[in-house]
Amino acid sequence: MGADAWIEVGRLDDIPRRGARRVRGHDPDTPIAVFRTADDRVFALVDRCPHKAGPLSEGIVQGCAVACPLHGWVIDLESGEAEAPDEGSVTKIAARLDGGRILLSLASERSAAEAPKAACA
Amino acid sequence: MDGIFPRERLVVVGNGMAAMRTIEELLVRDPARYQITVIGAEPHPNYNRIMLSSVLAGEKSVDDIVINPYGWYDEHGVTLVGGAAVTAIDRGEKHVWLSGGETIPYDRLLLGTGSKPLAPPIPGLHLPGVRAFRDIADVAAMVEASQRHHRAVVIGGGLLGLEAAWGLKRRGMSVAVVHLMPTLMERQLDATAGELLQRDLDARGIAFFTNGQTEAVLGEERAEGVQLADGRQVDADLVVLAIGIRPNIDLARTAELDVNRGVLVGDDMRTSDPHIYAVGECIEHNGQVFGLVAPIWEQAKVCGARLAGDEAAVYVPPPVFTSLKITGVDVFSAGALAAADEGDEEITFHDARRGIYKKVVLRDDRIVGSVLYGHVADGPWYVRLMRDKADISAFRDQLIFGQAFAESAGAPAPKLDIAAMPGAEQVCDCNGVTKGRICEAIVAKQLTTLDAVRAHTKASASCGQCTAKVEAILAHMGGAVTHSDDPPLCKCTQHGHDFVRQAIREQGLKTIAAVREALAWKTADGCQKCRPALNYFLICAWPETYRDDAQSRFVNERVHANIQKDGTFSVVPRMWGGLTNARELRAIADVAEKFAIPTVKVTGGQRIDLLGVKKEQLPAVWADLNDAGLVSGHAYGKALRTVKTCVGSEWCRFGTQDSTGLGVKLEKMLWGSWTPHKVKLAVSGCPRNCAEATIKDIGVVCVDAGYDIVVGGNGGVEVRVTDHLVRVATEAEVLEYVGAFMQLYREEARYLERAAPYVTRKGIGHIRKHVVDDAGNRRALYERFLVSQRPVQSDPWAKRASGAEAHEYRPLAEVN
Repeated sequence: MGADAWIEVGRLDDIPRRGARRVRGHDPDTPIAVFRTADDRVFALVDRCPHKAGPLSEGIVQGCAVACPLHGWVIDLESGEAEAPDEGSVTKIAARLDGGRILLSLASERSAAEAPKAACA
Repeated sequence: MDGIFPRERLVVVGNGMAAMRTIEELLVRDPARYQITVIGAEPHPNYNRIMLSSVLAGEKSVDDIVINPYGWYDEHGVTLVGGAAVTAIDRGEKHVWLSGGETIPYDRLLLGTGSKPLAPPIPGLHLPGVRAFRDIADVAAMVEASQRHHRAVVIGGGLLGLEAAWGLKRRGMSVAVVHLMPTLMERQLDATAGELLQRDLDARGIAFFTNGQTEAVLGEERAEGVQLADGRQVDADLVVLAIGIRPNIDLARTAELDVNRGVLVGDDMRTSDPHIYAVGECIEHNGQVFGLVAPIWEQAKVCGARLAGDEAAVYVPPPVFTSLKITGVDVFSAGALAAADEGDEEITFHDARRGIYKKVVLRDDRIVGSVLYGHVADGPWYVRLMRDKADISAFRDQLIFGQAFAESAGAPAPKLDIAAMPGAEQVCDCNGVTKGRICEAIVAKQLTTLDAVRAHTKASASCGQCTAKVEAILAHMGGAVTHSDDPPLCKCTQHGHDFVRQAIREQGLKTIAAVREALAWKTADGCQKCRPALNYFLICAWPETYRDDAQSRFVNERVHANIQKDGTFSVVPRMWGGLTNARELRAIADVAEKFAIPTVKVTGGQRIDLLGVKKEQLPAVWADLNDAGLVSGHAYGKALRTVKTCVGSEWCRFGTQDSTGLGVKLEKMLWGSWTPHKVKLAVSGCPRNCAEATIKDIGVVCVDAGYDIVVGGNGGVEVRVTDHLVRVATEAEVLEYVGAFMQLYREEARYLERAAPYVTRKGIGHIRKHVVDDAGNRRALYERFLVSQRPVQSDPWAKRASGAEAHEYRPLAEVN
């Protein structure tokens, strides 16, 4: 995957710590939630809870997870998996920091498995 | 004041944690025995040095880590001489010399001179830009350097060095760590855990130079980097020394007290001069010196007891455990790191991908050590088993998977034999409380509940791990134990709402992070249950100073609108007392058309709900509504919602009073208030009760003779009719009683407890006692309510319509 696959969507400071913002892509039905954890790591997931499609970008970010605002499902930001006993997963988008810039890789074939492990500062 | 017999003079050299904890222990036992003077080198009140790394990381302020503010010294009659150095002790004359030349006489002297940072014997340490990491001045200098420079190198990959590195990283610097040994924190972690730690910190952008011996600090005018012995060179504008500490024994040595590495003390914490005691990092006891807090608290307790005249108090070092304060990195270590010989055994669990590693070291079926990485919740359990020398052979197979697993697998947890437990045995490790002290308090104060024992002794009041033991002691002592009816807030803590609220007030906890720290939260960030609760508790406790944490608010309260199942929002403007007019209705109609709002609905609370508004539209919708004088109705919050009214005496032929006007007055007083759960009111103009006041959180029913105030009703899932609180004669009294009840509910209810279950739980008698019977208390509650209203009565919509919190309402980016 070439370096040109990464798109800048904003700066780390644009998202509050323990917060999230939404990125709108070309498909209006699959917006992307970009999260910033307390320790300044960034993650991105498709902004739809696997339960009832709630906007995860509106949830409370805790550690490396987010609680969906609609019914409280907790989704792991790193894996996109729902915390037990709930079952389900969200498509993960590769995200990384370059200096203060947040970069996403929106190439559709880039799945969670290929994404670089350390989406960290 | 000192009476005929002058009190003995106790002079304390050092205003740090060890010495001041000793003084606290002494004051508990015998507050009047000494006239106490404390001499401190730093120009600050006593603060928690352990938390300096959190100050460096920007998670806490200096004020947050003060243990005893100046007021505490005054309150306890302790004289503090700050910013002063003791230069010598004249043991013959029994006085100390200050740097200014004055002398202070003592009958007994306590040395708490602490430690000095170790410095390697290398050139360049004098250069500007080289700092130790030891006190507030060091942290201030490091923070300042992080604002002007970009690159830092930390020498030392132990506990302190890694915390310093992480703090500087959080401050935006690029950070490298030089460590002499092959793996990090080698005194607390085995090689596997050390490597996991390095991998995690490396992923967070900290560079490591292990096996690195620093040969020189480079630079002419100021530090420019460090030179390693193997030829590697690390550029840096800031060099932080964190290779360790050594006891500060200068004063003791010149006074010719017996010293070795530290000031030598016996089990009674006395030095070689029986009038002089010493505690903390400056001492050496049985060949050991100290840098961690648990043994130092124990020393303080013994020394405080000795100073109070308890000749039986003896210091026995407790088991020591460590954890690292780096957000999101969980490390725990206690006792032996590895099997010492063939007789020892190790049980390990290692999941490299998830970064979890656990090791327990066994000797004769007993735990002698443990190293945990990534998942540390069971650390205190292992320490307890270790200290109790518990035989683990019965549940050895489950041991490594932790307490919950072992106990659910039916492992017979080692029997707790309270009768056989010696009185001197420490039950609560966090606060150093023995079985004996708990028993004394139970008898002396006739305690019957866990909460009462916690309040009086602090046992199980921090991490809560020893709760079962404290309960067992209580049962053993009294027979009849009333279990705590204060359920845990969430899975992040064992503490209940009431306990947490009390701790916030009594310990002066001012931030969510401070609460989690002081009460030993199990998670670094909390969760969606405890964060909003703590945010509310702090708003309620410190209405004038607390800074609301938006990220701990549920989305509705964060964005001031109500999220709907499709992710759109609803907007409900306030209609005071259910009154509206043509202008407002026109504005609502215009907004509905202009923004193509799909649904307009009249609510049960006599207002109008605009449903299906997109998030990006909210500020513009609010701006239009503001123009017509409409403000937020807080229909989205755990807050004052509506005051429903009937038309009352103004129009109704049965009306006895102006219920509409009174409803408006109540709503004007109450709006904007944050509450444990939503609060709805109603005012009915006569006992026909058309406003349905008797199923509201607070209701007023007008009668000829005045006003009946009723509380604790609910028309929801569990219908409850209000209880009658009081009948009053005037509107002014209605406002005062309602304000007072509101404040009592705000201060006493659990988070997300509506007024109905709150009144059921406490009983109407309790409410009457505070709000009706005691006029002074009622007025105090009412006053506190009014004070808490001052900062919140400004329209949140207006602020956001004019640009505040704009990031909430805009996407981060649009990409194609």
